Amino acid sequence: MNILNISGSPHVHSDESTKKIMWRVNMALIPALLVAIAYFGLPALLVSIVSVLSCMLFQWLIEKFIMKVPSTICDGSAVVTGLLLAFNVPATADMLWIVVIGALVAIGIGKMSFGGLGKNPFNPALVGRVFLLISFPVQMTTWPVVDGFFPTNFDLATGATPLGAFKEGALPADITLWDAFLGHIGGSMGEVSAIAILLGAAFLLWKKVITWHIPVAFIGTAFLFSGILWLVDPSAYMDPVMTILTGGIMLGACFMATDMVTSPMAKSGQLLFGFGCGLLTIIIRNWGAYPEGVSFAILIMNSITPLINRWCKPKRFAV
Amino acid sequence: MKTFKMGGVHPEENKISNDAAIEVMPVGKQMVVLMNQHLGAPATPVVQKGDKVKVGQLIGEAQTFMCANVHSPVSGTVLKVDSCKDAFGISKPAVYINVEGDEWMESIDRTPDIKRECTLEPKEIVAKLKEMGIVGLGGATFPAHIKYNIPEGKKAEYLIINAAECEPYLTSDYRVMIEHAEECCIGISILRKALGVPNAYIGIESNKPQAIAHMTEVARQFEGIIVEPLKVKYPQGAEKQLINAVTGRKVPSGKLPIDVGCVVSNMGTTFAVYEAIQKNKPLIENILTVTGKKLPSQHNYIVRIGTTYNEIINHSIGHLPETTGKVISGGTMMGKAVVNLDAPTVKGNSSVLVMDEAESRRGAESNCIRCGKCMNACPMGLEPYLFSALVKNGRTEEAKAHNILDCIECGCCFFSCPANKPLTDEIRLGKNRVRAMMAAKK
Amino acid sequence: MTQQILIAVIVLGALGILFAALLYIVAQKFKVVEDPLIDEVAEVLPGANCGGCGKAGCRAFAEACVQQGNMEGLRCAPGGDAVMQKIGQLLGCSVEQGEPMVAVVRCNPANCGDKRRSNYDGLRSCAFEATVYTGESGCPFGCLGCGDCVAACQFDAIHMGPDGVPVVDADKCTACGACAKACPRRVIELRNKGRKDRRVYVSCVNKEKGAVAMKSCSNACIGCGKCEKVCPVSAITVTDNLSYIDYTKCIACRKCVVECPTKAIKDVGFPAPAVKPAPKPEAVEATAQPVAEPAKA
Repeated sequence: MNILNISGSPHVHSDESTKKIMWRVNMALIPALLVAIAYFGLPALLVSIVSVLSCMLFQWLIEKFIMKVPSTICDGSAVVTGLLLAFNVPATADMLWIVVIGALVAIGIGKMSFGGLGKNPFNPALVGRVFLLISFPVQMTTWPVVDGFFPTNFDLATGATPLGAFKEGALPADITLWDAFLGHIGGSMGEVSAIAILLGAAFLLWKKVITWHIPVAFIGTAFLFSGILWLVDPSAYMDPVMTILTGGIMLGACFMATDMVTSPMAKSGQLLFGFGCGLLTIIIRNWGAYPEGVSFAILIMNSITPLINRWCKPKRFAV
Repeated sequence: MKTFKMGGVHPEENKISNDAAIEVMPVGKQMVVLMNQHLGAPATPVVQKGDKVKVGQLIGEAQTFMCANVHSPVSGTVLKVDSCKDAFGISKPAVYINVEGDEWMESIDRTPDIKRECTLEPKEIVAKLKEMGIVGLGGATFPAHIKYNIPEGKKAEYLIINAAECEPYLTSDYRVMIEHAEECCIGISILRKALGVPNAYIGIESNKPQAIAHMTEVARQFEGIIVEPLKVKYPQGAEKQLINAVTGRKVPSGKLPIDVGCVVSNMGTTFAVYEAIQKNKPLIENILTVTGKKLPSQHNYIVRIGTTYNEIINHSIGHLPETTGKVISGGTMMGKAVVNLDAPTVKGNSSVLVMDEAESRRGAESNCIRCGKCMNACPMGLEPYLFSALVKNGRTEEAKAHNILDCIECGCCFFSCPANKPLTDEIRLGKNRVRAMMAAKK
Repeated sequence: MTQQILIAVIVLGALGILFAALLYIVAQKFKVVEDPLIDEVAEVLPGANCGGCGKAGCRAFAEACVQQGNMEGLRCAPGGDAVMQKIGQLLGCSVEQGEPMVAVVRCNPANCGDKRRSNYDGLRSCAFEATVYTGESGCPFGCLGCGDCVAACQFDAIHMGPDGVPVVDADKCTACGACAKACPRRVIELRNKGRKDRRVYVSCVNKEKGAVAMKSCSNACIGCGKCEKVCPVSAITVTDNLSYIDYTKCIACRKCVVECPTKAIKDVGFPAPAVKPAPKPEAVEATAQPVAEPAKA
């Protein structure tokens, strides 16, 4: 006689799973990774590999020896954190060991200390990144010079990001919008190419991993706000198109602000979240000490996500 | 194409028994008729051991308000009036009948002729529905005479016939539409008369083009029956969602469809209504789908109520496949898993669905990643993830404040959850607790 | 420079005085007068907030005690007689001596496993499983084994046994009754601990007719009434096919244990037959030991 399984309804499940979602995010990050390798060469690849492997290793160690739970490294979330962390640092040889510390902070403090995937209030990769930015300010702002594809000369060439240059005085004259769109500018390895990021975001939208609300609200707010400032005084403020193409806005809006765990759940909340991110980014860029503010903006908004979730509820049926 | 506005999912349809014509299942040697086949209190047995009964004879009488008559599905001798374990192992009062021959009550018209005219007044129709023990066959088995007795001060404007059959696998309503369209339309006309509404709308999902075409064709001969094709989306057949899809109206929280002038009936019920009113045949048969991906053959049957699951399985496919993991009465989204295959079927059973061990097992649960998929899938605009946390921590008051009682238990949240959390189970538990809390306060 | 310091000191000092005054006024205005006795009583209580007394927590219990002025109908089971005496002293009233109680699981796990027909695959909650079906054993009255009682226990005194039925650790159990309330099948009962921790009880709550009950479990009480007849102090009654031993009358003679044809009646805490050295008493409760032995012990 058959032993029957019994449970409450429903008795079927969609083929959606956490693992699938995470690996889809990883796939969406591939274009940006390829562009980074193309522009920054071998260090970009090495930093990425080290970052991903150390994130996975730390997660495995913590789950095995501290939390004593079955390992979840196969679900791909550690890989996402590793890749995003790598994308947020300059592709230099120095980073190879620094990024390991970043991974420890990202996974250990940013994620596992709260109980693992799904329980962390802040985006782990950004926690790691901000920790590194504060602890290793020199290394974290030493950018490799971008000089054509597949560079072979990695000597201590230090370039500048458009944002950094602007903070110092003015944009370098030779940077065009087209450069910024394709990624032919200085910066952290994953954030340079808008086109590669948008390609990945399009994939996520198609697979319904993310919705348009956060990226559009984020980029839209940044564009509008910087546009207003630019109209007020074009000499003191960067033009809005350049603003959204440079720095981490694209990467942040498409991949880090949309992190499911740390962003609001209702559509209205997501719009509010994106708006806050955009606003804070521009405020920090223009009036803060750092030339870039995406990481801080997202982390600040992460911190009020539970409040947004409380306030922004889905529309109920017939109310 | 029309559909409801909010949430919903699209599970694999699996309508593999679509083309199996309705067969008649033979009657077994012994029948067990439960007295509790409907929503509400059990009927009171009115036969005793040794009594001779005929097919269609009243054996259980509705003596309380929320109750429905039960009739004998077979002819023979009453063996005993005792209790019997139902499909979920719970003992229910039941009448055991030894089958002898197949002698029907004289009042029942068994000719195949279709009888079109109905001269009864609305009040008489409702009384006859009660007499014949008609209940809603869409799953809830709500006694029909209560539904069609519109309370004072309320007025029905729409009659909506649920032929969406949005549940995966089920095809009994589809077969009824294909094979008994005219009878159904007469049944609908009778219900329309009972309610005094100008128009009846039949909501059919667009994955049944043949049924839409056929019903439209047949409905043309009838006044005020309109076929409404609907986009395929689950839970289209849920009362509130169907009303929203067809009329655009929304039944507010805690209200009934009649509060927005709507009455919803299942397609299978209209056929039962036709037989009851025009042919004097009480509700003694179910139209039932026997289906499953791994079964050698797919069937649709007309089955006497009281036939056991095992009899149905033995007759249709011989025995359950070795790999069977679950037997479900109803569809995969809202059906109930059966544990006792020796249990008799009851009114409203629409399928015997056999699932494989592998497809029936739930996946391992992991942490909620706050993706919000449950919230987007919820057709009532609720927050299942939040209920999960509140129920787990025993915060019943808050669950109530977040309108947990609005949940229609359609299962979209669990279906779409990537972390495999048993959200629907948790919400049901929470609803029970909220109800208990409210009852304790009274 | 001095001037600046002076200004700062004056401003901050003035602010400090202002706020202090404000705080004082507010504190006076919204003062809650509370009987200091409540604090004293609350101090004596165990502070587990188990809710076994029927109040929302230990403080609510203390308030109820002080308000009532005596201890009638109020009892802190986890605290036991020691705590009750202390509260009695504080309130200046006498306290009845209660008999020590313990939670007892009235379901026999011995023969469920082999009759299992189903595998419960849903939410691990007895309260929910009870709404879905009878449970894995097929017995509509028996333990469901999801451990709602284990989760409810604040004293770590009840654990899931190896055969899927919970086992009470009598030493830790405070008889607060949380497990009994959590059980949707009402399988757990509070009974007296008994002299020398010896107790006899019917380890079954199945009210089905004998034959039906036997189908779901070979250790079910079939309501045959043999125990009722053999009991010398008429402590046993059979209602709805189920036998019940009134612990206030039972003298633990164990005649019923021998008589029971399905071994549904359990005795706990009695020494094992004198062949081997006696095992620990807890072990007797944990695994259903052979119960039939002469009553001369």
